[in-house]
Amino acid sequence: MRIGTLKTDYAADEALFDTGLQKCLLALALAGAVLLPFLASPYWLFLACLCAINVASATGLNILTGYTGLVSLGQAAFMSVGAYTVAVLEIHLGTPFLLNLLAGGLTTALVGIAVGIPSLRVKGLYLAIATIAASVVLHFIFSHWALTGGVQGLSMPPARFFGVTMDQPFQLYWMIMPVTMLMVLGAANLFRTRVGRAFIAIRDRDISAEVLGIPLLRYKLMSFAVSSCYAGLAGGLWAYFFRVVTPESFPLVNSIFYLAAIIVGGMGTILGGILGAIFMTMVPEVLKFGAGLVTPFYPDALALLAPVRTIVFGALIVGFLIFEPQGLAEIWRRIRRFFHLWPFKT
Amino acid sequence: MTGAATDVALSVEGVSLSFGGVKALTDVSFAVRKGLITAVIGPNGAGKTSLFNTISGFYRPQSGDIAFEGRSLSGSAPPERAKLGLARTFQNIALFRGMTVLDNIKLGRHAHMRTGLLDALVYHGRARREEIALRAEIEERVIDFLEIQHIRNAPVATLPYGLRKRVELARALAMRPRLLLLDEPVAGMNREETEDMARFILDVKEEWGVTILMVEHDMGMVMDISDHVVVLNFGQVIAEGAPAEVQMNPAVIAAYLGAGELGRRLRSPEAA
Repeated sequence: MRIGTLKTDYAADEALFDTGLQKCLLALALAGAVLLPFLASPYWLFLACLCAINVASATGLNILTGYTGLVSLGQAAFMSVGAYTVAVLEIHLGTPFLLNLLAGGLTTALVGIAVGIPSLRVKGLYLAIATIAASVVLHFIFSHWALTGGVQGLSMPPARFFGVTMDQPFQLYWMIMPVTMLMVLGAANLFRTRVGRAFIAIRDRDISAEVLGIPLLRYKLMSFAVSSCYAGLAGGLWAYFFRVVTPESFPLVNSIFYLAAIIVGGMGTILGGILGAIFMTMVPEVLKFGAGLVTPFYPDALALLAPVRTIVFGALIVGFLIFEPQGLAEIWRRIRRFFHLWPFKT
Repeated sequence: MTGAATDVALSVEGVSLSFGGVKALTDVSFAVRKGLITAVIGPNGAGKTSLFNTISGFYRPQSGDIAFEGRSLSGSAPPERAKLGLARTFQNIALFRGMTVLDNIKLGRHAHMRTGLLDALVYHGRARREEIALRAEIEERVIDFLEIQHIRNAPVATLPYGLRKRVELARALAMRPRLLLLDEPVAGMNREETEDMARFILDVKEEWGVTILMVEHDMGMVMDISDHVVVLNFGQVIAEGAPAEVQMNPAVIAAYLGAGELGRRLRSPEAA
């Protein structure tokens, strides 16, 4: 248990990780992330990479939807912009992958700003519809433009880093994991400063945000830019990971997947984006495992997997909305609070 | 009014505002003198909150002008007015419910900070320095002053009403305002909370030298702490002056109690 706050200056109180336990857990997680590629099988590494990509994208959506309160169903479409940018650059210019990723992020940020322009006038459901419209437009462009390879899409060569070809989960892990970690750290930092606070202010009470000197349109567009930049980076990582980008790689269902991830994880918390994305990525795996267990007794189990998966996703969203609207992050906070006073109060 | 331009913080001149056929304000003129507490009173629907929203920049008046320290505010949006030093609180508390008290108050300084998006993502150098300086300033100037140390880390949603009002005042003070607009600062408060708030408002005036313009229904408090009172009725200024004068003004009494037979009978036994 924690007996008190023993900080002596404001810098310590403003730190991102302020308790010893938090620092220990963080160190453990980092050590785990470094050791994982040497211990896990390629399949588990594949899953870890997929989780990391989804964490990056969900964190981006969380900035826009969870923190700024602007509901977007365009996250998958934004990812496709990043993925195509990276694929085109890799195929035609062969520039280093970090540069391509950055270009993917920036291009997507510009697209995000354009999509975000209606957000000053429309909110909530209407904005969500506007972002769906943007997704449809982007899908149309990608499936008809020669540069993006039409319906066939693009297949791209693997990334190279100092002569190492990154085509196996082991190498890709070292690209995807650090980038995701930096992105999450950036998001966490953002909400320690005036910019992040302005986003939350717009979500909670836009009128008083204005009175405090926060220009709404500028900050809403900034939120769109950051969020879609994150989506673009995640899309770029995705492109390097799968190396085939088609218009069907990022269907609207994926946007709903990310929205579900932040609802399940906890809207408006960094931890929520991480937990939600990992959870939602792992649910199909758990189901697959479960189906494997019942196959001896019920041979059709594997065939039922796809429809069951959709039902389970739906049930999870509804269940979390009703029983745990603050998501997994709130469960984690409850556990922490319990141990703050343990064993004196149980 | 024109002669004393130097000590006028805010001048409202001939402001008219209407929504369709409804006239919210008709040719409203008055001046808020520097370093004093000016109260705007009037019955419900008199246009007090409309007046505040016009001063904050949410409504654009059809005619007339509002000048702050000699400089016209027409055409500037609420965020720009915030930068000039106009702060306000709302009648129905407009705090950010999802944030802690500290974060709410920190938002008050938003317009005076310079951290950009890229600084924020890295949280190094300027962003870090600015945040820590901000924290120190808020702790030492605002939180101590309003005696809310014990709730600084509490989420706003868990606080009782009276404290929320105080946090909203804190947020406005964090803006280092030159003119503070308070929309019903003690509405819904009990005696004790009202007295606390009145004391804070007087302290803000005296220690911080901030000019205050407030709308308030609690006549006891208005008469006790304000230096100048403006009375609105049906969107028009019907009287202004020192609290004692206004209290005796027949037009004001009529506006509050009605001018008919009933009003006369209600007034007569008391003799004000």
